[in-house]
Amino acid sequence: MAEVIIFGLMALPALAGGVTVVLARNPVYGAMGLLGSMLALGVLYVAQLAHFIAAIHVVVYAGAVMTLFLFVIMLIGVDRADDQNERLPRQRQLVILGVLGIVATAFAVAFSGRFSWVIAATGERIPQATNGTTVALARVLFSDWVLAFEATALLLTIGSAGAIALASRRGKPVDLPIDPEVTS
Amino acid sequence: MDWIDFLIVVLRVVVVFALLLLVTIINVWAERKVVADFQNRIGPERAGPFGMLQTVADGLKLFFKESIIPARSEVGMFLLAPFLAVIPAFLIFLNIPFGRPITIGDRVIPLQGMDVDVGLLIVLAMSSMAVYAVVIAGWSSGSKYPLLGGVRATAQAISYEAAMGLAMVAVVLFSATQAADAPGGTLSLAELVERQSGTWAGIIPRWNLIPQIVAFVIFFIAAIAETNRAPFDLVEAEQELVGGYFTEYSGMRFAMFFLAEYINIFSMSALTATLFLGGWNGPTWDGVLPVWLSALLPFVWFMIKTYVLVFIFFWIRATLPRLRYDQLMALGWKRLIPGALGWLMLTAVVLGYRRFGLPWS
Amino acid sequence: MALVDYLPFVVMLVLAAGFVAVSLVASRFARPSNPTPEKLAPYECGITSEVEPTQRFPVKFYLVAMLFVIFDVEIVFLFAWASIFNELAWYGIAAAGIFTLFVLETLVYVWKRGALDWNVKTRSRYAREHFRIEEAA
Repeated sequence: MAEVIIFGLMALPALAGGVTVVLARNPVYGAMGLLGSMLALGVLYVAQLAHFIAAIHVVVYAGAVMTLFLFVIMLIGVDRADDQNERLPRQRQLVILGVLGIVATAFAVAFSGRFSWVIAATGERIPQATNGTTVALARVLFSDWVLAFEATALLLTIGSAGAIALASRRGKPVDLPIDPEVTS
Repeated sequence: MDWIDFLIVVLRVVVVFALLLLVTIINVWAERKVVADFQNRIGPERAGPFGMLQTVADGLKLFFKESIIPARSEVGMFLLAPFLAVIPAFLIFLNIPFGRPITIGDRVIPLQGMDVDVGLLIVLAMSSMAVYAVVIAGWSSGSKYPLLGGVRATAQAISYEAAMGLAMVAVVLFSATQAADAPGGTLSLAELVERQSGTWAGIIPRWNLIPQIVAFVIFFIAAIAETNRAPFDLVEAEQELVGGYFTEYSGMRFAMFFLAEYINIFSMSALTATLFLGGWNGPTWDGVLPVWLSALLPFVWFMIKTYVLVFIFFWIRATLPRLRYDQLMALGWKRLIPGALGWLMLTAVVLGYRRFGLPWS
Repeated sequence: MALVDYLPFVVMLVLAAGFVAVSLVASRFARPSNPTPEKLAPYECGITSEVEPTQRFPVKFYLVAMLFVIFDVEIVFLFAWASIFNELAWYGIAAAGIFTLFVLETLVYVWKRGALDWNVKTRSRYAREHFRIEEAA
């Protein structure tokens, strides 16, 4: 019962945050909307008794990734980020098509009564251990998914290589107009 | 859960809340007195005995001061930032056990705001939430010094948070071998304190400090940097950035940032004491002393340990000059983080050898 | 573990937010409010502000945030490993060791490319001779 109430209470801010991301003129407001949405999702994880997932969701997504987003917004410049030009051809039509697709899927799921094929069918639920879900999750991670775990590290390496490639460029050191003491 | 349980929960939270406000009043005064002594000055002495009411007087003054909202600011975010600063500060300390659980009748009341099995991760999460107050305050002020200060502070905070997290992992790893039947380390702060009780060879307390001394040093340096204290206070380097991210804040709104900073100093010291100095562990002489005294002593030990660390915070501030920004980033990324990673793997291998023998045997 | 264990979190959230709100609102009735254009101008040391606040920042801040994401993910995985350290024994140490080596490799790479150098003078010779990090995007 408590779970249903929490879902109701948290689904609203999660949705409101999402709507803010789409509608906010100022990208920083959009980023804060996304942050609010993520925090609400974190609470929803807690309501599912997935304590570890909830905590790492807040640490990694709401903490680290959103900071990255804010930095990117500030890097580009807040005023430049709200470029209103449409870059993709037929952008609006594609969006309408996408929204219709999502609505149709939702209706199909709601009326078929078969939720099992949207709720992941990847095995049993993790039993609610008395010592929380950290141990249960770690057991799964280090047995069935250990290859994926190592691949994540590789993925992070590739990601950072990409970031460096975007940020730097090959070439002789130029006379940069930089104050040698303070570079910010 | 009946209404008495609910009342106990509310009472515990109110106790934590009141404790934090009280220690802030004391700490602001104590810092000024300690630093004054270091610099051969007298420090505050007019308000109350030994100037102890100075903080209250300052708070009252700020209460009656005009709180300016600059014309160029983003008003909504500008008003939101003080909330973002204060709320995580309170929520961090909520997780820290400050005394041994007491038993009244058939109820066991933990002297801790909240005891969940992912407590350490919640602390980490809340300290990364505190970053948003800084970046939002800096950005929404519409002024150049706060903006520079805010972005600098954010980069600093996330750099040192990585080092801090790695040091935490080393402690959790070590705690794995401190319990006979557990599958591994624990993320519950109450459990971490529990596993540091007792002694080695009868005299040396089983604190994580001695076996995890490197993690302790890394963690404490990162804690100082996280709270933006000297020598890592370039965020509010007066000579270049005026007041840093809260330059444009005045009156009660400024007081909120100030409050959050001092709560964070206390919380970080308390967290260090919990992870490395055995938390509330200490001799209680149960059965010898009256029951109420034995119940009170763990809290006293906890406060003594925390205040030793708070004093070190003040001591470092009075002693060390401020770092330059490139030195700050180099210390974080080129020394602390590789050091913490290396220490973590060393801990793992040593613990593995002591518990499981050689890998090929 | 039950949902009820998180009740203190909610209570403290309400209490802390209420505390800030009440002190700010109460102060509103006690304090003067007398804004003048000079008072509301962005802070500058006694002179009229001429330069607009910067809207763009060095790309290195972005790289730092990117690295932080990587280390955060690493920390989270290592917490999971530490919580079943005894069960996994040497297998776990090997798995976490390989993971850590990958992350360390990332750090060394980024370091050698000069992304961690905030002072041009202390940048490594290799980075100085072959690459440069743009100071702005």
